[in-house]
Amino acid sequence: MNQRAPIEEQIDLPFLESLRISFQSLKIRFGRSIITTAGITLGIAFLVSVWTNNEIEFALQESGRSSEIANIDEAAEQGISTKDIWLIIMSLIVCVVGIANSMLMAVTERFREIGTMKCLGALDGFVVRLFLLESGFQGFAGALIGALIGLLGAVILGLKNYGLDLFFYFPLLPASPENGPFQLGVLLLILFGCVLGMVLAVIGSSFPAWRAAKLPPAEAMRTEV
Amino acid sequence: MPDIVVKTEDVVKEYRMGSNVLRALDGINIEIQRGEYISLMGPSGSGKSTLFNMIGALDRPTEGEVYIDGQNMSNLSQRQIAAFRCHRVGYIFQSYNLLNVRTAHGNVTLPMIFAGIPEKQRNEKAEKLLDKVGLGDRMYHLPDELSGGQRQRVAIARALANDPSIVLADEPTANLDTITGREIIDLIKQLNTEQGVTVISATHDLKMLDVSDRIVDIRDGLVERIRNRDEIEIEVGEVGGHE
Ligand SMILES: Nc1ncnc2c1ncn2[C@@H]1O[C@H](COP(=O)(O)OP(=O)(O)O)[C@@H](O)[C@H]1O
Ligand SMILES: [Mg+2]
Repeated sequence: MNQRAPIEEQIDLPFLESLRISFQSLKIRFGRSIITTAGITLGIAFLVSVWTNNEIEFALQESGRSSEIANIDEAAEQGISTKDIWLIIMSLIVCVVGIANSMLMAVTERFREIGTMKCLGALDGFVVRLFLLESGFQGFAGALIGALIGLLGAVILGLKNYGLDLFFYFPLLPASPENGPFQLGVLLLILFGCVLGMVLAVIGSSFPAWRAAKLPPAEAMRTEV
Repeated sequence: MPDIVVKTEDVVKEYRMGSNVLRALDGINIEIQRGEYISLMGPSGSGKSTLFNMIGALDRPTEGEVYIDGQNMSNLSQRQIAAFRCHRVGYIFQSYNLLNVRTAHGNVTLPMIFAGIPEKQRNEKAEKLLDKVGLGDRMYHLPDELSGGQRQRVAIARALANDPSIVLADEPTANLDTITGREIIDLIKQLNTEQGVTVISATHDLKMLDVSDRIVDIRDGLVERIRNRDEIEIEVGEVGGHE
């Protein structure tokens, strides 16, 4: 108990240990995480449904069946339409804003926890890493669910417009490049949505997490949310 | 020669809120010896928690110096401060401040994870500590599933995880009923006598008086007076008489 040796330097935690702590936290905070994740899910669902819808129209157009189909988008003849580009940009903005907001709230309501961890010896960098890991998982999971919901929405719409023909010409894989730069195919699109959700979640949480981690513990623990 | 663990030199803490400056500590000078049980007494808003934060390196003073184990705290790097909080001090708060996402056991192991203690060793130690505070049968419960007194016991076990030389307790009994509060005080006192941990506790709980070696009365950010055990005993008698 007689510690009068000079004060040592705090060690860094192994990455695996951070990973475990963030998983435990996500598991217990599951209900809460879902609310945070919902923002990501919504944004990505919107994005993926708009995009998939566009690809479906494009694929049916390419298949030559468009002439038989009455209500096809005329502009689809030139690949992706201006209207769709706008929709996609809009849905991207919804994603960015929604996710940034979810992450800001998620970090703010955990100030006290951050202060407490620093009392127990957590380095600022550890706190930031913990939040980035957690939000990365949340972003990926939320985006995956969102992508599937968006896909489902687009399929239902496609069935309504084209009937079962939809499944014969379903744009699962990318179209050849000369047919249009944005035709990723649904598989790649889902992957893109997941990565986008994850990246946005990590970026969105990095700034509030970094700011919270820098606070002296006394201040962080004072905040009542 | 007395062995000084904590020494503050003209510690001033000001809080700035817009154009207002609030002087929460107005030049605090105290010396605390190793193994002492010190109570910081004073009405609400007198600056106890602020002083607690200065001694525990949870915030920086505006002016003045805090020395722990002879080390000037303002000379420490971020990494050293983190290590100091991890190894040298155990914190106990009025509102427990357990991590709700971790079980009792998980809360106690966390400071040991930060200290780099191997898993098997820290699990055993957490079990031992939780046993010691009387929570042997509640180890894997989440804080939400525990009573206030039980949560404070977890906090005490967690505070002891890395064998600190100082335990800082900020009104540890304020949210507890009289009997539970008494049990918590006895537990802290027991650590103090059995393990020689220096205890610094902010309080306005009179039950704390008779376990304290010295009482530092704080008023408006200043040390009003310091009373020794023998002076206290007389007053405890008086207090008892009023009840
Ligand atoms: N972070 C803060 N910002 C502004 N004022 C504060 C802050 N912390 C404490 N104070 C003020 O400083 C004074 C002392 O507070 P505190 O140390 O919490 O007193 P105690 O713990 O004795 O009740 C009070 O007037 C309080 O309102
Ligand atoms: Mg206080």
